[in-house]
Amino acid sequence: MSWYNKRLAKSIWVYHMSASPCNNCDIEILDLLTPKYDVERFGIKLVGSVRHADVILLSGVINQKVAPQVKKIYEQAAKPCFVVGVGTCPSSGCCFKDSYNTVGKREEVIPIDMYIPGCPPKPEAMIDGIVKLVGVLNG
Amino acid sequence: MDKNVIPVGPYHPLLEEAEYFTLQVDGETVVDIDLEIGWMHRGHEFMSESKTFTQSLYLVERICGICSTSHPIAAVHAMEDVDNIEIPLRARYIRTLVGELERIHSHLLWLGLAGHFIGYDTLWMWAWKYREPVLQMFEIISGNRNHYGMMRIGGVARDVDPSKISKLMDIMDEIEKKIEMIAKAANDDPVLKSRLKGVGVLTKKDAIDFCAVGPTARASGVPIDVRKDEPRDAYDLVDFNIIVTENGDVFDKTVVRLLEIFESIKICKQCLEKLKTVNGGIRNNVKEISAGEGIGRYEAPRGEVFHYVRTDGTNRPVRHKVRAPSYVNIPTFKASCKGIPLADALITLAAVDPCYCCTERSIKIIDKNNESRKIDLLKLSREKTEQIRREMK
Repeated sequence: MSWYNKRLAKSIWVYHMSASPCNNCDIEILDLLTPKYDVERFGIKLVGSVRHADVILLSGVINQKVAPQVKKIYEQAAKPCFVVGVGTCPSSGCCFKDSYNTVGKREEVIPIDMYIPGCPPKPEAMIDGIVKLVGVLNG
Repeated sequence: MDKNVIPVGPYHPLLEEAEYFTLQVDGETVVDIDLEIGWMHRGHEFMSESKTFTQSLYLVERICGICSTSHPIAAVHAMEDVDNIEIPLRARYIRTLVGELERIHSHLLWLGLAGHFIGYDTLWMWAWKYREPVLQMFEIISGNRNHYGMMRIGGVARDVDPSKISKLMDIMDEIEKKIEMIAKAANDDPVLKSRLKGVGVLTKKDAIDFCAVGPTARASGVPIDVRKDEPRDAYDLVDFNIIVTENGDVFDKTVVRLLEIFESIKICKQCLEKLKTVNGGIRNNVKEISAGEGIGRYEAPRGEVFHYVRTDGTNRPVRHKVRAPSYVNIPTFKASCKGIPLADALITLAAVDPCYCCTERSIKIIDKNNESRKIDLLKLSREKTEQIRREMK
């Protein structure tokens, strides 16, 4: 599928999925679209439906209640669809890893391909992450 | 009567966060609204009991990323209340400065999103562009754009470098000019006025009955503000006004928030001015907290946030209760959304600046065996603005 991935990398459409975050990564993701960072210059666009998306930006620890919904949304996405875990929550669980309401293994709910650490990661770090993803897609 | 139910969410383009609304409509009119919460439940109160006092400050900071210093301020107020701990004067000014900067960034964020919802993407881009200098100030003060980690029991964690104050002042002046420009543009726009005036009215009686707090209550003519009613930190040392308007519609809520930004800028400038002269430590060393109870209140950007802490003399709270402002503001939808057209429902829902991350520490399940159909609310709301714009031409 390398020829397909190369085409995908030209203009990445992202879908933003918040799975019980603290809202901070979400506002930083939206910040990417606003004049200071403006990732639309590079063809990166936020879309409203996961069916149009090439990349899912996942933020937050996944709690018991949203886990089935997150799974369902990932199943609806046209494959190949890459999942980027934004922030500390998807990677290590942040300070919520001891909570009774979070799922134990996030990988079983949704396969995460890439992690961007930080609480919240700076927009520059997110851009860097997406650029690295583009590099991988281009082979 | 034949009613249709419109489900919104849990994942919907209009919502930043996972949320589930059910709007009952009769034709185009909203008849009733229900809300299912719990999508953001992470169990903060439970986890706080297993952490030490200082650790739980980091935890309550992560209740919400937008009001991420209001919760720690209320929590330290509660913990200091147990032993009546006094904090140094310099720390009081720093706390107030950080809290007010957060109000500026939160209100600008709301203004942008409200513009986005009614199809004014220019306003969104403007408001978020001029929010960037505020985040830059946070970076200078605390080292992070969000989640500042500034609060400690007995004071603050970091000092404001005196050599940076003149730079902070310059940024503040710059922001003030830009926000004046936005406020003027928003006030003069005839489309914005006819789109928002008289929409989603929350009467004074309803605001009191539903116990609304913050800008939602102040826009309906209820003059409540914890900063004036029970001043702590430096709020009794600085000069500012409470903004109250009478109509309670979405336009008034916008006006209240815009004018509050100017009041916050005024407070920030006074604090920065004082930080040049007030010297001394920034933190009293607190070795232990004795057994007892304490409450802490703080005026978050969305309204009063309340923390209750019970201690037993060990290094961790026995009970830590949080009440966030959105939790009491969200039920006002029941009053403000009834009888309005569907296209106005979206901006009315957005107008109280609901923050579900704060709200959700309880789970409720509702019966949803109703007939449903799909409607794109965001599209509907934008089409209405477009229509008004065409009619004005």
